[in-house]
Amino acid sequence: MQITMSVNDTEYSAEVEPRLLLIHFIRDNLGLTGSHWGCDTSNCGACVVWLDETPVKSCTVFAAMADGHRVRTVEGLERGGELDPVQQGFTECHGLQCGFCTPAMMMTARWLLDNNPDPSAGEIREALSGQICRCTGYENIVRSIRWAAEHEAADRAGAPGEFGDSVQEAAG
Amino acid sequence: MTAATKEHEPNGAYGPMRRKEDARFIRGCGTFVDDIQLPGMLHGAILRSPLAHARITSIDTLAAEGHPKVKAVITGQTLAELGLAWMPTMSQDVQAVLATDKVRFQGQEVAFVVAEDRYAARDALELIDVSYEPLPPVVDAHRALDPDAPLIRDDIAGQTDNRIFDWAAGDRARTDEIFAAADVTVAQDMLYPRVHPAPLETCGTIADMDKVSGKLTVWSTSQAPHAHRTLYALVTGLPEHKIRIISPDIGGGFGNKVGIYPGYICAIVGSILTGKPVKWMEDRSENLMSTSFARDYHMHGEIAATKEGKILGLRVKVLADHGAFNGAAQPTKFPAGFFGVFTGSYDLRTAHCEITGVYTNKAPGGVAYSCSFRVTEAVYLVERMVDVLARELGIDPAELRMKNLLRPAQFPYTSATGWEYDSGDYPRALRLAMDIAGYPELRREQAEQRARPGPQPGHPGTLMGIGMSFFTEAVGAGPRAHMDILGLGMADGADLRVHPTGKAVLAISVQTQGQGHETTFAQIVAQELGISPDDVEVVHGDTDRTPFGLGTYGSRSTPVSGAATAVVARKVRERARIVAAAMLEAAAEDLEWADGRWQVRGDPDKGKNIAEIAMAAHSGLELPDGVEGHLDATTVYNPPNLTYPFGAYICVVDVDPGTGRVRVRRFIAVDDCGVRINPMIVEGQVHGGLADGLGMALMQVIAFDPEGNCLGGSFMDYLLPTSMECPSWELGTTVTPSPHHPIGAKGVGESATVGSPAAVVNAVIDALAPYGVRHADMPLTPAAVWRAIQGRPLRSDLAIT
Amino acid sequence: MQVPAHFEYEKATSVEHCLALLAKFGPESRVLAGGHSLIPMMKLRLAQPETLIDINDLTELGYLRVSDGELRMGALTRHAELLSSPVAGEHFPILHDAERVIADPIVRNRGTIGGSLCQADPSEDLSAAFAAVRAIMVIQGGAGTRTVPAREFHLGPYETVVESDELLTEIRVPILPGSGSAYEKVERRAGDWPVGAAGAALWLDGDTITEVGIGLAAVGAAHFSAAEAEDALRGEPATDDSFTRAGQIAAEHCRPISDQRGPADYKRHLAAELTVRALRRARGRVRGGKG
Repeated sequence: MQITMSVNDTEYSAEVEPRLLLIHFIRDNLGLTGSHWGCDTSNCGACVVWLDETPVKSCTVFAAMADGHRVRTVEGLERGGELDPVQQGFTECHGLQCGFCTPAMMMTARWLLDNNPDPSAGEIREALSGQICRCTGYENIVRSIRWAAEHEAADRAGAPGEFGDSVQEAAG
Repeated sequence: MTAATKEHEPNGAYGPMRRKEDARFIRGCGTFVDDIQLPGMLHGAILRSPLAHARITSIDTLAAEGHPKVKAVITGQTLAELGLAWMPTMSQDVQAVLATDKVRFQGQEVAFVVAEDRYAARDALELIDVSYEPLPPVVDAHRALDPDAPLIRDDIAGQTDNRIFDWAAGDRARTDEIFAAADVTVAQDMLYPRVHPAPLETCGTIADMDKVSGKLTVWSTSQAPHAHRTLYALVTGLPEHKIRIISPDIGGGFGNKVGIYPGYICAIVGSILTGKPVKWMEDRSENLMSTSFARDYHMHGEIAATKEGKILGLRVKVLADHGAFNGAAQPTKFPAGFFGVFTGSYDLRTAHCEITGVYTNKAPGGVAYSCSFRVTEAVYLVERMVDVLARELGIDPAELRMKNLLRPAQFPYTSATGWEYDSGDYPRALRLAMDIAGYPELRREQAEQRARPGPQPGHPGTLMGIGMSFFTEAVGAGPRAHMDILGLGMADGADLRVHPTGKAVLAISVQTQGQGHETTFAQIVAQELGISPDDVEVVHGDTDRTPFGLGTYGSRSTPVSGAATAVVARKVRERARIVAAAMLEAAAEDLEWADGRWQVRGDPDKGKNIAEIAMAAHSGLELPDGVEGHLDATTVYNPPNLTYPFGAYICVVDVDPGTGRVRVRRFIAVDDCGVRINPMIVEGQVHGGLADGLGMALMQVIAFDPEGNCLGGSFMDYLLPTSMECPSWELGTTVTPSPHHPIGAKGVGESATVGSPAAVVNAVIDALAPYGVRHADMPLTPAAVWRAIQGRPLRSDLAIT
Repeated sequence: MQVPAHFEYEKATSVEHCLALLAKFGPESRVLAGGHSLIPMMKLRLAQPETLIDINDLTELGYLRVSDGELRMGALTRHAELLSSPVAGEHFPILHDAERVIADPIVRNRGTIGGSLCQADPSEDLSAAFAAVRAIMVIQGGAGTRTVPAREFHLGPYETVVESDELLTEIRVPILPGSGSAYEKVERRAGDWPVGAAGAALWLDGDTITEVGIGLAAVGAAHFSAAEAEDALRGEPATDDSFTRAGQIAAEHCRPISDQRGPADYKRHLAAELTVRALRRARGRVRGGKG
């Protein structure tokens, strides 16, 4: 069947089998391999992308179901060559290790901050509770998202946050 | 808090530093195996046995071969013709690549389909018709040696029962003597159940055989690319120089990605047969059901002490369930891994353990999952036994530990079972953990709570529990004289090239799975050469571009390759000294390394940094004897001993006795891993291990029903902790440098996984003390906790009935 | 990863269109809503429908409103929408309690309440919650619309009264004054199905229980409810003693089975324990507590 969708503001059309999962369409057909799959059963959340305005587990959505809709992936987080504060937060606070769950975590984080710009640690944990990270024990992911929240708040207040104030640069 | 000696003092390039590898991951630009697409690439899928034990009577692949998108169907018969139906395991056993005679566990590999796309490959699996004659399975390890137990390994000549090995350590006679004379002895059975490392990225491979050059390139989720290359050469007979293993970004390993799995061999054969690259990626069920389980140790512990609480000895018997093939990846002389360090952190006079390994109709594996070759099981055993003893004696578990911990003056310390602990200050670490926790206040709060009426039926209410563990790890395998895998000594190489402008490229044998090697190892080179870590590129994960070494597992990267890196950088520096001497027209012995450059002793204005020296080394400058030109160097590091990181952990839980639910309120972890190269990364490693330990203690388990069906075959059944179960970890640090490591560092990757389960379990059991509960096996699910309270504990390795 | 077998795909553009497609493709077709139960089963090839009829574009089935004294929810309402609906929470806090512990936030963004009910998993939290508040299911077919009480909706595990040519379109819950409700669940981990769960809705006149609904999930309760316990509570004072008796009766009448979530005796214990806890919290809410 023929499907058309906008992915990261670019329009794509393709002839696909109805059974093609959205995660495979994104990864294999479009070559956007930042989104991963990890479990088959919609438990791990490595495949989270936005469908229209909300994060979904794209291993449990057929590409056909996204026909006529908008999709946003990690490759669409950067804007105009500028890292999203969430991306900055993850590297500032060591919110990633192997990097496999990271893109999906960041997509959920972006959605959370869009809807709740000043989330508590508890609210962040709740928002991430459908996504497994095997490396970080979550603490630094929570800190990363708080970093982004605080820097976005500072930006809104007109005092841009300093990039790089949470981890010192090692002296050369 | 830190007591680093001057020469080990973190300075220069050491310290928290944002990771170099993050730039690609936060943009979704990592390259994992499944991200790689090659022209003409085909996809493989494995047909697996639905039965745990059965004879294969026929396999009909005709319909599958007729599928329009199928390019090849491979069975055990196909492989037998190539001599590849069986492959050697890392424990002197063999494992079926594709079953020819029997299937011996549910999920065992039976056939391999190669098709144009992954959907078609899966479709074709349904077209293969296999007839099985079911056989009775061995599911309960305790029945494996029964006289009437079905023989699982009838393929091994002379094998008449399901015994794999008997192994012992320590002094039996002396231990028996001490026990006979002791004031107090206590015994406890405990199970460290079968779990699975379950990295978020499953295992997989792409094999590409170039028929013209005869070169096989394998992209693989491998923690040990060089070991894989040698093994492929041995298994397939392909010449080793015609095999290249590329291990790209790896989505977590935790031990799961050490071994070679049948799917890898099948993909290689598939590529040879079709002439195209063949990709095979496990799905999650395949991962959980077939590749590399961990633990499955049924332990009986006994501890002897004086009535004042001086621990005298430990005696342990273990029944080790190794599954259908002995696929444990561990040094050859250590069939039970490093379980022999089970005397832990205490000053014992004697100890003895005996371990029997058995076959069962379960997936093979055994050593995996951040366990430091079974130090995990050993630490769990001793830390539970100490709590059992504390209960028996009515002594606070902290006090009992403090009384028996090794003292700093005892290091280097040779344990009752012969391990030489390199360095430690244990009481300091325990005191720090207790300070952070506010231990006396916690005990006071608990006493007050216990003095009040307890929770009533129908009313939510909780019981507070405080648990601790003190662990000593043994990591960095290892000295070649004692430690090898399949005859390959566990030494690792490092090559360091310094370009004319002073920028450096370090090539190492180990393979990061998230540990941040590209950053940490650059920091080591930077520290030694006085340059910026940004000026050091770390090359790894490609056997054509890196020196030989056994890879990353058992927390060995920093102890072994980290040492190799420091050594090779020092070699470069010494070479630079000779060049600098020529440049400065001074004698080499008159130069000193200070402020990141060679300078004339007593005349600090006369000096040259590495960039200046490197350019000169490549120039027309006439060089003295002892240096050919350039600064490049290479080394192989053979560790003189393991490193012994340690730590003190305290866990506070609240248990709802009406439901059995456990909430981890706090977790305090003090780790001492010697000198910390990048403390930010070290803390991240600890965080992850703590979550792992909490998961094992409370929810993770792979159980089997009486037919041998795997009951943990998806993430709906095999539960991993989420952000909701994990508390905000509270960390503390002490630094006791390793005396034999070039930079005083020890491994840390598995410390928290090793140390934390006992702390969580001890906390839950402490909470249940009012009910008289002395032990309950992991995982402490709500049901398990409730049943423990009822005095009818669950057996967690079997189906719940 | 696991992938589903072949199927034909149809996108419904209206309820009528959906019904026409169901009639056309017959019993081998399945309605696809959120897909979070169906798609994993299709990947395991435990479900192999010939045709999927995607109803995700039927925005007319995604609503939540009060009318005619009922809370009315379109079957395509996403779990997240029910959880964030103030009007649902105001009248039936049990629905928010339950939604908060159903799967995880991302699954709730996509999963629908109608889909969960039609999947008819014996552990479905919403089935117990709607049994407790005595919801009414509105089912549309070619021949028209019929209503079925929540407690008669399920015929057994994975089986409902919805015929292959029908569609669940709406869930209605009558709003009666003087009510309080709550849901209690024990799961092994956040996002897991319940080991056992109980929901309670109470209507009080002073201290006397005028009406009560008890819903149970995952413990083998007939119709996801505890009718005998409800009978024992009606007309009784809303005391802890009454609740404890009701919990015991609920436990006696359920038929839990042992599985890896827990043994039968534990689940039976949970039926009692959680029934009492839910009743107590519901009582607190009748009396104005946030509970």
